[in-house]
Amino acid sequence: MTHADTRPETAAGAGDDRGTAQLPQVHAARNPGQELDLDWVLSARANTSAIERRAATLPGRRSVKKDHQAAWLLKAITLIDLTTLSGDDTAGRVRRLCAKARQPVRADILDALKMRPITTGAVCVYHEMVPPAVAALEGSGIPVAAVSTGFPAGLSPLETRLREIELSVAAGAREIDIVISRRHVLTGNWQALYDEMRQFRAACGEAHVKAILATGELGTLRNVARASLVCMMGGADFIKTSTGKESVNATLPVSLVMIRALRDYHDRTGYRIGYKPAGGISKAKDALTYLTLIRDELGPRWLQPDLFRFGASSLLGDIERQLEHHVTGRYSAGYRHPMA
Amino acid sequence: MNVPEIFDTMDYGPAPESAAEALAWLVDGGSRYGLFIDGAMTEPGDQFASKNPATGEVLATLTQATQEDVDAAVAAARKAQPKWAKLPGHARAKYLYALARLVQKHSRLLAVLESLDNGKPIRESRDIDVPLVARHFYYHAGMAQLMEAELPDREALGVCGQIVPWNFPLLMLAWKIAPALAMGNTVVLKPAEYTSMTALLFADLCREAGLPKGVVNIVTGDGHVGEMIVRHEGLDKIAFTGSTAVGRFIREATAGNGQSLTLELGGKSPYVVFDDADLDSAIEGLVDAIWFNQGQVCCAGSRLLVQEGVAERFHEKLKRRMDGLRVGDPLDKCIDVGAMVDPVQRDRVVRLLDGSAGEVYHAATPLPEQGCYYPPTLVTGLAPSDALMQEEIFGPVLVSTTFRTPAEAVELANDSRYGLAASVWSENVNLALDVAPKLAAGVIWVNGTNMFDAAAGFGGVRESGFGREGGWEGLLAYTRPKGARKPLKRLEPVAAPAEPKVDGLDRTAKLYIGGKQARPDGGYSQAVWSAKGELLGHVSRANRKDVRNAVEAARGAAGWGRTTGHLRAQILYYLGENLSARAGEFADRLRHLTGAPAKAAAEEVEQSVSRLFTWAAWADKYDGAAKGVPLRGIALAMNEPVGIVGAFCANEAPLLGLVSVLGPALAMGNRLVAVASEPYPLAATDFYQLLETSDVPGGVANILTGKHEELAPHLAGHLGVDAVWSFSSSDLSGLIERESAGNLKRTWVNNGRARDWAGAEGEGRAFLAAATEVKTIWVPYGE
Repeated sequence: MTHADTRPETAAGAGDDRGTAQLPQVHAARNPGQELDLDWVLSARANTSAIERRAATLPGRRSVKKDHQAAWLLKAITLIDLTTLSGDDTAGRVRRLCAKARQPVRADILDALKMRPITTGAVCVYHEMVPPAVAALEGSGIPVAAVSTGFPAGLSPLETRLREIELSVAAGAREIDIVISRRHVLTGNWQALYDEMRQFRAACGEAHVKAILATGELGTLRNVARASLVCMMGGADFIKTSTGKESVNATLPVSLVMIRALRDYHDRTGYRIGYKPAGGISKAKDALTYLTLIRDELGPRWLQPDLFRFGASSLLGDIERQLEHHVTGRYSAGYRHPMA
Repeated sequence: MNVPEIFDTMDYGPAPESAAEALAWLVDGGSRYGLFIDGAMTEPGDQFASKNPATGEVLATLTQATQEDVDAAVAAARKAQPKWAKLPGHARAKYLYALARLVQKHSRLLAVLESLDNGKPIRESRDIDVPLVARHFYYHAGMAQLMEAELPDREALGVCGQIVPWNFPLLMLAWKIAPALAMGNTVVLKPAEYTSMTALLFADLCREAGLPKGVVNIVTGDGHVGEMIVRHEGLDKIAFTGSTAVGRFIREATAGNGQSLTLELGGKSPYVVFDDADLDSAIEGLVDAIWFNQGQVCCAGSRLLVQEGVAERFHEKLKRRMDGLRVGDPLDKCIDVGAMVDPVQRDRVVRLLDGSAGEVYHAATPLPEQGCYYPPTLVTGLAPSDALMQEEIFGPVLVSTTFRTPAEAVELANDSRYGLAASVWSENVNLALDVAPKLAAGVIWVNGTNMFDAAAGFGGVRESGFGREGGWEGLLAYTRPKGARKPLKRLEPVAAPAEPKVDGLDRTAKLYIGGKQARPDGGYSQAVWSAKGELLGHVSRANRKDVRNAVEAARGAAGWGRTTGHLRAQILYYLGENLSARAGEFADRLRHLTGAPAKAAAEEVEQSVSRLFTWAAWADKYDGAAKGVPLRGIALAMNEPVGIVGAFCANEAPLLGLVSVLGPALAMGNRLVAVASEPYPLAATDFYQLLETSDVPGGVANILTGKHEELAPHLAGHLGVDAVWSFSSSDLSGLIERESAGNLKRTWVNNGRARDWAGAEGEGRAFLAAATEVKTIWVPYGE
């Protein structure tokens, strides 16, 4: 077993997980993946009932109030992959979204909080929208993420799925959100899942790859745990719950299973994998619950954009209203905040 | 810290729950409290301070009740009781319903006050204690409603003295008061001196519910007040939750006074983690097992048993989780572990850990500078023989050891004088459901911990006490069979005649131990004479070593408890068959022994055959239950054998009395050491010939003869005996109850009252209940 003292870390000063000063620009060493270790995969357990109890009691165990709440909500914004994945997306629509990503919170609110400018973690779009997004975000440092590999079902030919990754990377996407073949999980074909992940990772090149497990379609939490491990062994930089298109998207129990898997992966290999819950997280309170979950299970190091993202479209609006409430003491209205 | 700094560190900040309303309630009450007697608060008497353990601040001063106060409370309860019990069940249900609703309506006030007084985190009082309190009153409102229809043969005990501990002040009050009131009892309750505030607030709720005066009385004070209740002659029942030492004292103090007694005492509950468990979930379970309420929980999973192959990894993960626990202000909504109830308790824990042989790990988490705090602690590398593995610590300290096999896990888990609760973690349903019934405990949680519900019985075995709280089984502790029993006259053996008549060949009756006829250790025998002065034979006079040997034989026959009900039924039927075949001989024996008319003697034999059939019938029919608990899963109530039962058989019914205890004991899987009718022992010694020829395994039923008064201290005092019953006409009840305190074995004594052995009283539910322990096994499930 590898312990924290031997883990790879590219930047100095990113010491203890429980330490205080984590700089956002610190990036963990990239997970190279490893051989498929089926003993490990098959030993993964997930007791659904116990996991649900932990998830159900978590919101009652943690509470952040006043300035802490405001700071945590600002942090949440910096962790959002601001997303549009609609059939009617246009270049204009995506430019608006990118503008919002550059300036997600009204300047007067930031001023009142004495907060420096912040941006969202990334903008997430379909392949065709990558070029306008890249153009709109130029100079901002905000990466463009492209959903890929026959999103959301992942059932197009492997060749075209791999080609789609290459094209998106070539178009300037720095992050690729791939979808796994759920059938490999449901039939227990872990080797096929691993091989697929390996190929996706290779196709991404320098771009970071987020593996979408579509947990709502995997049947059991044990499958979620095993698929998480296989994707990390296959070289995933992030594991992500959902496309947002399944009937059940990100949930706290699923999140608990996935982050416990990536904690084990870190313990054994020394590599930190990122986590991205997506779909259904639309309230500021939900976002705070997720952040407490990550903080308690993984430590504050994971609360940085290189290791945690929310896949969300409407979450930002609710956070903006909460921040204004914090500043003014009055409950806010949606139209007081610029839309994307 | 300002917002940008917090943004960078992502630290938690304070998230205080306001104490304003609770403090205002204290001020409104004058911050000086009297007692709640006969529906009103008395003038404050001698005062003692009730402190907030998190700050040391005085919340209010309370009255140390005097003997006169306790007398007044008992008198008020006594006066109110007949009318309360005569109310229709529906009327009592309405009051209990009102109390349930009032608890919900004042839930936050109750929760905040509880945390202020006890030091437990507001999350626990708000999300666990208070909702369970409301649930308990709702559930028992239903029991009051159903009593007439479902428990037509039972009635209230009368006035109950109830003493509750400081770890769950309001919840334990609810567990005591709700079933008592539902069944038509009235109560005098004493909260713990550290934590009386919510009981006094509950007194307000009683008034708001319009509860008739005197139904609930609350007296405050220290252990002296508890002792006044325990020694009070005007009480029909004592119910106590607290330490085993005090429980033992109460058992001794109340011995022989005919009261009902239930004790819910300490524990050292094992928490068994198999290598195929979901380890992360098992660790989260431990947080709720041993760091719930600062570990000040009688059923805390305080003894970790982890399979050797995963132990190192498990301990690593556990330590990391411990470091993440937040210790601090109980009223902070972001706190996992609050303050211990009193510096006395914290100092006790410090002393216990002093110089421990194990490796002590304190969680790397900051502790408040002021207040009564102790860090979450893990002690590894202990042997079972270490005191920390054996003794209840009652603080946030987990001790740990490893095991190799499931069998060894069970052995280690059961290597304890306690038997309150246990947790089993495994993803293998075969393993979990095999191990759960083997654990000596009243409550088992499979892949979970500290689950409670009003519908599921809670209570212990061994020195964790007796009686159940919750469920239908809990009502047994607050009701008794209707009807009065006549006094039982002492029955002496027929004295040796002046002119003995001795005919025929000499007959020697021996003891029956371990399936063999055995000579008495002492080498003494006693002649048995018929009413007409004929010598009927000699019986052995058993002594303490014969008791020892019989219990040893019974211990060796433990496999009987694992046989199927079907097998036990067949053996009991066969006993009946063989008795029937020799009916004439047994009838003659009875006639000679007791001088009964031939017809009566023949009837006793026929009734004995029938009784064996009754218990053969029950052997495979005393079903457990699946409780409707609010959980996706089941809580199974399983009727398990008590273990080794010692029984003093009725003197007046030499055969039927024996069969009436042997039947239920064996049918339910117990092993029996029966002491035969003292004046008429030869029916029992004839009976062992039937045992020998009816496939009853050796050691399952052992028969001693001799003087009841001589044998009672040894059987009742034997630490390997799990229950003692007495139907003897000798005055044994007080002696047995007193001697039983050694290992807190269950007792069932006649208090000098007669039982109609030929009628319905000679069999039935009372025997089933005495011959079994209800084990509640929680099995949450889901995939």
